[in-house]
Amino acid sequence: MPDIGNVLLEIRGLSRSFPGVKALDAVDFTLRRGEIHALMGENGAGKSTLIKVLTGVHKKNSGSIKLEGKGFEASSPMDAASKGISTVYQEINLLPNLSVAENIFIGRQPMKGFNIDWKAINMNAKKALVKLNLEIDVTLPLSSFSTAIQQMVAIARVIDIRAKILILDEPTSSLDMAECENLFKTMNRLKEEGMGIIFITHFLDQVYETSDRITVLRNGQFIGEYKTAELPRFRLISKMLGKELEQEMVSPGNTQGDTPARKEPFMTLNNVEKKGVLFPFDLEICEGEVVGLAGLLGSGRTEVAKLLFGINRPTGGTMEIDKRPVAVNSPRNAISHSIAFCPEDRKTEGIIPDLTVRENIVLPLQSCRGFFRGISRKEQEKITDHYIELLKIKVSNREQKAGTLSGGNQQKVILARWMAMNPRLLILDEPTRGIDVGAKAEIEKLIFRLREEGRSILFISSELEEIVHTCSRVAILKDRKKVGEISGENISEEKIMTTLAQEGTGERL
Amino acid sequence: MRFRLSQKNIPILSTFLVFILLYLSGAFAYKGFFSLRVFINLFIDNAFVGIIAIGMTFVIISGGIDLSVGSLVAFTGVLCANLLSRTDIPPYMVIFICLLCGAALGLAMGSLIHFLEMPPFLVTLVGMFLARGLSFVISLDSVPIRNELFLSISKASIPLGNGIRLPAYAVTFIIMALIGAYILHYTRFGRNIYAIGDNEKSALLMGLPVGRTKIFIYTINSTICAAGGLVYSLYTLAGYPLAGTGLELDVITAVVIGGTLLTGGVGFMEGTVIGVMILGLIQTIITFQGNLSTWWTKVFIGILLCIFILLQRYIAARKIQDKNK
Repeated sequence: MPDIGNVLLEIRGLSRSFPGVKALDAVDFTLRRGEIHALMGENGAGKSTLIKVLTGVHKKNSGSIKLEGKGFEASSPMDAASKGISTVYQEINLLPNLSVAENIFIGRQPMKGFNIDWKAINMNAKKALVKLNLEIDVTLPLSSFSTAIQQMVAIARVIDIRAKILILDEPTSSLDMAECENLFKTMNRLKEEGMGIIFITHFLDQVYETSDRITVLRNGQFIGEYKTAELPRFRLISKMLGKELEQEMVSPGNTQGDTPARKEPFMTLNNVEKKGVLFPFDLEICEGEVVGLAGLLGSGRTEVAKLLFGINRPTGGTMEIDKRPVAVNSPRNAISHSIAFCPEDRKTEGIIPDLTVRENIVLPLQSCRGFFRGISRKEQEKITDHYIELLKIKVSNREQKAGTLSGGNQQKVILARWMAMNPRLLILDEPTRGIDVGAKAEIEKLIFRLREEGRSILFISSELEEIVHTCSRVAILKDRKKVGEISGENISEEKIMTTLAQEGTGERL
Repeated sequence: MRFRLSQKNIPILSTFLVFILLYLSGAFAYKGFFSLRVFINLFIDNAFVGIIAIGMTFVIISGGIDLSVGSLVAFTGVLCANLLSRTDIPPYMVIFICLLCGAALGLAMGSLIHFLEMPPFLVTLVGMFLARGLSFVISLDSVPIRNELFLSISKASIPLGNGIRLPAYAVTFIIMALIGAYILHYTRFGRNIYAIGDNEKSALLMGLPVGRTKIFIYTINSTICAAGGLVYSLYTLAGYPLAGTGLELDVITAVVIGGTLLTGGVGFMEGTVIGVMILGLIQTIITFQGNLSTWWTKVFIGILLCIFILLQRYIAARKIQDKNK
């Protein structure tokens, strides 16, 4: 195609607010013909909002979008697709019970008279997939193939619609290395044909392997557009996290986090892995120690927590608690080993909004005791009042519905819930996300207090500052793999970021 | 790979197997069971259940359910009988009005389900009470049909020799089943039904006309159901407000035994026809047996349904296992 390099899509000053949040604040984005453009940013940076505005899921508040020089506005994803912007999502939006061929052609089947021409469908589907180096029986139901192949089928469908712009939203999160290679080859071929590709991923190695340009967003703002070749990894990370490392970074030191003499290990993981999710992983958590898990979004932080708490079962390796081998294979089992877990998404995985604060707090305590050994109302109230006071939870009374509390207070209710269990290991996954500074400080104080009491804490956060502040040891994760561990004096934001920026081995799950 | 392909077909293959087994056991156990007359009677006695099951197959493949069919059969019958006996509206027009009423109810239910995103179970439950109530409002008693045209239609039949005849309504059932199978397999509308039942969100993102299709499915189903009601009144030559009580459950049973997944996305019209036949066979066998109370029919249907649901569960579990590999 002749026009390679011409501007295909031009977004200027695009803004979109949701109640209380400015999800996009005057964002610029430019996509040229025949380029792969990576869109980078941490959680909440505005990547998905940008895509959703572009494909008509959300309306913009202000700003302009131009496709091939003409104003563009899509009313729905279908509308966007018909105008040339197609999206392949992380979750595969296809129909598992229908055949592969039908998945590619449904909605625009070739007809023969009044009948669907099944022969043509199967033949054309085969052709479309051969173009992607895929030779499979297209008459089989989609669900009989791996996620990777399903992903390719989704792409085949999109390409067949003849998109001008292809948006790939985390397409590789479930692919193995060879499958990724295959996808990248396809992307490159499409790029040579003049298609513009917007590529969203958390894997830095893939960004450097495939993309021509990178646009970085942070907190809904446009940080900059760079040529991939001219932007070192280290700088990219610092732009995504918003830390300018060029300025002298004074490490706050590890004043709070230093531990007295090392204590007995509470839990030890040896080569624990989950195929397709996490590489083999070692970790030791001692009594009275705060261990941090640092890494970018999607690096496998939450997955580690879920393995420890028995939500997912490991496929290999061994776990020890108090130096005795254990198999933590369900949350119930984990609780009986005195492990507690505050999940990342407190709205859906933690708080039960329609129950009162009291009920929310005593819930697991009750389930631990079993159905027949009830906790008296009086005792429940005593426990609840104790924690409301201890954590300074702002409630009108203990019978207030938990759903009506602010984010920070909901978080405290969950903390109270698990503290009431007196756990020996408390896993905190992003405990400070979306809560205000005051509440953050209090949660931090609380962590120190638990540590004094000899409890172990696994602290997961994307805010490096917090990690540096609270942890006495930090395991660094990258691309689902532990890439380093630092402790005591060595912990600093800079050290963590340098480790993250190191060239990956390219190894994929 | 070949094995997996057949996995999708396990429900319908087992349906067919059950039918053969039941038929053979009946034929060996009872004298006179293996005759054309008994076989044809399966079609005759179950024609109106079968016709309604055709519409229900569309609905269930799309992942929905319709509880209003039994009541709608009663309503159509009562309406038809009353219009014929109390007014001068010509019989063709009466048929048209009955079908139109069915279509209107279906359109209303489909619209509620789509626009207000209400669960089909609730919406059609409303339809069920509405139609049943209205049939009692029209008439408390059974109203006989004495119209010439209706009498002649009810007597019309195709001779098959040996004095065995295939009545018009049985023919209607067979023709409608063929049309239904064609729609499901060879039209975009039919394929969209599968898509919606498979994964509605995906179907929407793939640009398929989800809303339009859903509303159309319920409209068609209720129209077919009104037709079923007309067939029922031809069969009994009366309109009775208590007709078709619990019919919706028989129909759903027939569809599920026919290999259609209640979760949507998988199903065949052929399966539904065999499913209806199986229900008829069980009844026939009980009749031939002679000593058992007819209520045993329900017991056997219950057991059979249980087996098929377990089979569906097993297939679903297998699928998840395959995925995790």
